[in-house]
Amino acid sequence: MKYIDEYRDPKLARTLLDEIRRTATRHWTIMEICGGQTHSIMRNGIDQLLPDTIELVHGPGCPVCVTPLESIERALLIAARKEVIFTSFGDMLRVPGSSKDLFMVRSEGGDVRILFSPLDALQIARDNPSKEVVFFAVGFETTAPANAMAVWQAAREGIENFSVLVSQVMVPPAMRAILSSPGNRVQGFLAAGHVCAVMGYEEYEPVAREFHVPIVPTGFEPVDLLAGILKTVELLEEGRAEVVNRYGRVVSREGNRVAQEIIGNVFEVTDRQWRGIGLIPASGLALREAYLRYDAEKKFNVSHICASESPLCMSGSILQGTLKPDGCPAFARECTPEHPLGATMVSSEGACAAYYNYHRNFAL
Amino acid sequence: MTITSLCPTPIMLHETVQMAHGAGGRLSQTLMQRVFMPHIHNSYLDLLDDQAKLDLPSGMVAFTTDSYVVSPIFFPGGTIGELAVNGTVNDLAVGGARPLYLSAGFIIEEGFSLVELETIVISMAEAARKAGVMIVTGDTKVVGKGQCDKLFINTSGIGVIREGVNLSCRNLAPGDSIILSGTVGDHGMAIMTSREGLSFQSRITSDCAALNGIIEAMLDVVPAIHAMRDPTRGGVAATLNELAVSSSVGIEINEMTLPVKADVRGACELLGVDPLHVANEGKLVVAVAAADAERVLEVMRSFAEGRDAVIIGSVVDLHPGMVVMRTAFGSQRIIDLPLGEQLPRIC
Repeated sequence: MKYIDEYRDPKLARTLLDEIRRTATRHWTIMEICGGQTHSIMRNGIDQLLPDTIELVHGPGCPVCVTPLESIERALLIAARKEVIFTSFGDMLRVPGSSKDLFMVRSEGGDVRILFSPLDALQIARDNPSKEVVFFAVGFETTAPANAMAVWQAAREGIENFSVLVSQVMVPPAMRAILSSPGNRVQGFLAAGHVCAVMGYEEYEPVAREFHVPIVPTGFEPVDLLAGILKTVELLEEGRAEVVNRYGRVVSREGNRVAQEIIGNVFEVTDRQWRGIGLIPASGLALREAYLRYDAEKKFNVSHICASESPLCMSGSILQGTLKPDGCPAFARECTPEHPLGATMVSSEGACAAYYNYHRNFAL
Repeated sequence: MTITSLCPTPIMLHETVQMAHGAGGRLSQTLMQRVFMPHIHNSYLDLLDDQAKLDLPSGMVAFTTDSYVVSPIFFPGGTIGELAVNGTVNDLAVGGARPLYLSAGFIIEEGFSLVELETIVISMAEAARKAGVMIVTGDTKVVGKGQCDKLFINTSGIGVIREGVNLSCRNLAPGDSIILSGTVGDHGMAIMTSREGLSFQSRITSDCAALNGIIEAMLDVVPAIHAMRDPTRGGVAATLNELAVSSSVGIEINEMTLPVKADVRGACELLGVDPLHVANEGKLVVAVAAADAERVLEVMRSFAEGRDAVIIGSVVDLHPGMVVMRTAFGSQRIIDLPLGEQLPRIC
């Protein structure tokens, strides 16, 4: 298959691995930001193929994992209402709140639907004028443009039975939080390719300078990942704290200006809670005042709902790269995909789920 | 103005299924005579008794049942009716049985199109003819609007086990070869990409097919095949895990050998779904002693349903109960059971 097979070419992968082995003269700790990258690394066993000198730690870039528990609780309350059609990306449905998930709300009669685009939610709103249609707008800068577009379009058409429950977050503030924390071990980053496709990588240049770390926008296929790792190792070895793009077929320095514009029109920067990590200042997006009538939190009066995490779950340390999933005492014991303690065990992009699915008790 | 009074005779020719079609009265008879009898008839069913009285050949009897609730009921490559016949035929055949007789129970939603119902009945009759089985007893019920989704079908099947054949998921032994009869994920992706909300312009068609013919030929050549399964819900991953757990052995498969059609792969990539977790309706996973593997493969490849048959791995005496894949890059990973619904990922 075009654009897939060449990036999964075992020969090319071996060449890159040899090059990484030759280049690395000492131990380096590199964080892949995106859960999609973590998943691909575990699925293809890239961690097993790298030399011992290269340690990959897994970053916070899993939207399902970092959506705070209180947003989930608010979603559950809204989805259970009779007049509501609650719509969401698929993998949010299995994320546990404190007592249930959206699947359970659906089984109790809630109208909960899986969509592939927030614009489909708008169509449902047009088709069901007597219902309130709510879209669960979660994710990083990758989902923000389409979520913003749905709100913008609703405003343009005057569709009033549509709203969004917003829990949008951004990558650069999370990187700063990780690099500023006292326990930080991360020396270089593979930046999330799809986030950079939207935002470009200009905004990473100050982070690289300020914290003296190389940052390499990287794709998701095995060859992409190995090329990103090789470039990061080269920059580390040469002591260069620069941003170098290794996802050129998708990412440009300035990113997608049209997408950035729609995000800026509809959303403004706000403080956000990150599940397992806590409050990160100026790390999220909220609706601008002109669009507040599309805010589901306000429409359904759920802003006051708070929630607290299981004390056993260590997903905060996992998401910041200070602990690996198999280092957690609850991993594969109290915490499994059937009975997850935290979202990192639920989402297909969660680091704990990736370890459980592909490498659990598995002596190689 | 004059009003001519007409005697109000009940409407007998409906275009959709009414509650009265399931009430056992005249309309029920009309439904049978108009929709079912013209297409499904044989010496057992034509007697219209409450039961079929069957003569069975000697040997152990295999008996199975399954309910079919697929949506949409018409999909590229098949209908719910074909699925209901082939699925039950296959459940019998993978146990080493010659499928002989089926029952068919229909639960129909009020308002369902009679033309569509007849189309499905015709497709069932054709599937049964191709598989060489007879539908010998049946039932229809009509439920209110919204109480089922258009049409649900239950089929049960009876077959007679071949002499000298012992197929069981507990039979796997280290050294066995694992054979897959063809490409994975065709049925599940045909269904997923034809559902509402997904505007795929794909040509993926279901692999829905009866496998009793190919299985018969395989057992003719190697009666000592250890185990056979049709990897339906949960896909090849679930089937391999069931086999590994039941026999307390490990299974190792090789990523490079797995046949996946380009369209299916593309759709799986887009949706974030692993083809190994996607349902098949016309495929076989076979465990056979390595020495017999080539002979079984040769027979399989002489059938359309087994044209792409290939050895995908082997049974090992490591990691009992676990399925491990050797990736194209030389690393290894666990092939696990899918947790539940296949959920498309966020980004």
